[in-house]
Amino acid sequence: MAEEPADTLLDIRNLRIEATVYPPGEKAHDIVIVDDVSLTLEKGRVLGLIGESGAGKSTIGLSAMGYGRGSIRLSGEVWLNGRDILKGGVRELRRLRGKEVTYVSQSAAASFNPAKRLMEQIVEAGLEHGVGTRKELEERAVRLFGELSLPDPETIGRRYPHQVSGGQLQRAMTVMALVPEPDLIIFDEPTTALDVTTQIDVLAAIKKAIRTTGVAAMYITHDLAVVAQVSDEIMVLRHGRKVERNTAENIISNPQEDYTRALVSVRSIEHEQKQPTASPVLTVRGISAAYGNKVQVLKDVSVEVHPGQTLAVVGESGSGKSTLARVITGLLPPSDGEIAFGERTLSRALEDRSKEDLRELQMIYQMADVAMNPRQTVGTIIGRPLEFYFGLRGKKKRARIQELLDEIEMGEGFIDRYPAELSGGQKQRVCIARALAAKPRLIICDEVTSALDPLVADGILKLLLRLQKAEDVAYLFITHDLATVKAIADSIAVMYQGSLVRYGPKNKVLAPPFDDYTDLLLSSVPEMEIGWLERVMANRKMESAGN
Amino acid sequence: MGPIFKLVAQRIALGLLLLLAVSVLIFVGTQILPGDVAQSILGQSATPQALANLREELGLNDPAHVRYFRWLGGILQGDLGTALSNGQEIGPQIARRLGNTLFLAFWAAVVAVPLAILLGLLAVRYRNRWPDKLISGITLASISLPEFFIGYVLIYFFAVKLRWFPSVATVYDSMSLLEKLNAIALPVAVLTLVVLAHMMRMTRAAILNVMQSAYIETAELKGLSAFNVISRHAFPNAISPIVNVVMINLAYLVVGVVVVEVIFVYPGMGQYLVDHVAKRDVPVVQATGLIFAGVYVGLNLVADIVAIVSNPRLRHPK
Repeated sequence: MAEEPADTLLDIRNLRIEATVYPPGEKAHDIVIVDDVSLTLEKGRVLGLIGESGAGKSTIGLSAMGYGRGSIRLSGEVWLNGRDILKGGVRELRRLRGKEVTYVSQSAAASFNPAKRLMEQIVEAGLEHGVGTRKELEERAVRLFGELSLPDPETIGRRYPHQVSGGQLQRAMTVMALVPEPDLIIFDEPTTALDVTTQIDVLAAIKKAIRTTGVAAMYITHDLAVVAQVSDEIMVLRHGRKVERNTAENIISNPQEDYTRALVSVRSIEHEQKQPTASPVLTVRGISAAYGNKVQVLKDVSVEVHPGQTLAVVGESGSGKSTLARVITGLLPPSDGEIAFGERTLSRALEDRSKEDLRELQMIYQMADVAMNPRQTVGTIIGRPLEFYFGLRGKKKRARIQELLDEIEMGEGFIDRYPAELSGGQKQRVCIARALAAKPRLIICDEVTSALDPLVADGILKLLLRLQKAEDVAYLFITHDLATVKAIADSIAVMYQGSLVRYGPKNKVLAPPFDDYTDLLLSSVPEMEIGWLERVMANRKMESAGN
Repeated sequence: MGPIFKLVAQRIALGLLLLLAVSVLIFVGTQILPGDVAQSILGQSATPQALANLREELGLNDPAHVRYFRWLGGILQGDLGTALSNGQEIGPQIARRLGNTLFLAFWAAVVAVPLAILLGLLAVRYRNRWPDKLISGITLASISLPEFFIGYVLIYFFAVKLRWFPSVATVYDSMSLLEKLNAIALPVAVLTLVVLAHMMRMTRAAILNVMQSAYIETAELKGLSAFNVISRHAFPNAISPIVNVVMINLAYLVVGVVVVEVIFVYPGMGQYLVDHVAKRDVPVVQATGLIFAGVYVGLNLVADIVAIVSNPRLRHPK
């Protein structure tokens, strides 16, 4: 074997990862998840792995612990601290997991055992591997709680996972990974499931932890702007192969490959704000709503949507933005307020609305997967509203379906396919076509791009904009992603805890002076720029010192 | 502790209500049985005058709801009534019988519950490999065979051929604990074989379900051994379904032992019930029915309470 440089921690050579899949109705066969990937990581350095879903990033990360989910098979060489861990047995792997390499997952909420106190779980790996006594490990954990700005560092360890918030749990999981003093930590999308305002705190905590302990890290994410904040180097992956590897600086400012260039320039859609017209298509006046007569989730919300324009409703989880959609569609009758569609007032409850009301107001969902019947073909799915609203049959219906498919940039071959045969982006396009088939005046889009990879999401947004121009349809666009808002909105409503905090035309809402919440929200969106995180955090410290 | 207190109190109140409903069912059920108590006491040759006198004496001429509340009132004061067949108080007789049944059930549970859980854990540890298949196969076979068959097979081998244990499980108060245990060894073995499979398979399924969770992966990535992952991280989260099935089986050990008690001539509740059903002794049947229902509702109540208490979200509210 070639001599290792003294400071090489991890050296992955020609890694190939395969898995056996069992698709329903087909023969079981092997697929290649990762093909011929090699990488090295020096002690104390941070390598970002980036790519879309299915690129094999998480699988590569876990291979550094000799771990494969399900039926995964690893081949090649994974050298850690001077030995090939794939050659060792299960016992040897068990000795290094939780000691030399630790893991921080995407969802700390699911990764902590709900039946045990946090501290019990945090010191467990250290105790198992004899890194220290319980007392030493607990003291270290308390110190790290403080360093990562968790509240009540002395006592938070006595709580159960459900007693702390999602962002705090994510930091607690980082503490759990740090306590055994590993050489390497794998961060697997540690901030993806968090709201932007929480993400920035966790990101700062992770960066600080890496810096102060000098641990090496592999940071896996699909968000280039995030990974640029914490990594020294970035490796871009696609379809299980390496596209490019360079310093973070170079990847952002001087990408070599087309795919990397596309990732860097994602979310650069320019959209000119349109002027509001005289008569809005949808008017929501003073809506309040509650679930189960108790928890009030909407408080006196009033907005308007103008024909052929987009109103973006932004907010974090729990802000009431999806509830607003449920109220407008009639799924949740409001306790107070009025909804007008054009000139007519809509009934509060869905069952009292006319067929025409239903036709003019369509909806597209976040999960295209579950919004379609898996046993119907694309043609049946899109044809259903044509039959229901317009009574189209036979040849006429088929012709119209084809027309709609052309509109969403999908060709002839798709009409007889099933949803399972489509990619995520194609599924969402079919859902768009189904909504369009009713010839609505307003489409409610509920987080329609959040489950998609950035490049695919970009394609969907461009399509929506083009269709808006062609069909003169209005959108009520619900999202938590401010970059999406900038890309497509004409007016914006910012929601926080069920109330409207800011509302108006895009240019006005996105221009200072800001209210506190909008300011926090806007400044928390990661930007494709090295040093952005430090800049924002420094500004915030100054502000809180000034107050 | 606020919400947990309320939930437990709710459960207990529901249990009592259920028991009340069962008492109504038992009473109504025994009333619509054919035959007349006075007739069955005095026999076919009784004079109409004697029958009328006895009916008057027993209060059988009163409307049904009056008799029901009289019966219920007696039970609430600890008076289970008088057996028709021998004119003795039911209470003391049942107490001795119930004691014996609980004794048998207790020792069967002491053997069966830990064994079932251990086998379940082992089956998960070696899932889809030969130990799992062996455990599943044997327990499944034992649950598929009727109890009387297993009972006679055990008697044939261990009592007749090997002469290790007696075939008749008679126990007296004067016997020492060891002698009693020797006497009930075979019925305990039969009961264990009967309830083992159900509990073991439920333990296996409950833990396997939990094994899909992300926190199990976390535990594996801490380098814990497979058994520690299962016992420390999977088992605590599988407690409530396991306790549920354990309690149902414990209830079965008390309520469903009729056949086993008859085979081994064990002086427990089951035999007592069977004897008095044959004699049409309605008050005894009512009393035993109510006690069986009480045991069943009580144990399931315990399972519900354990499920509530073992949930950290309820035990430690935000």
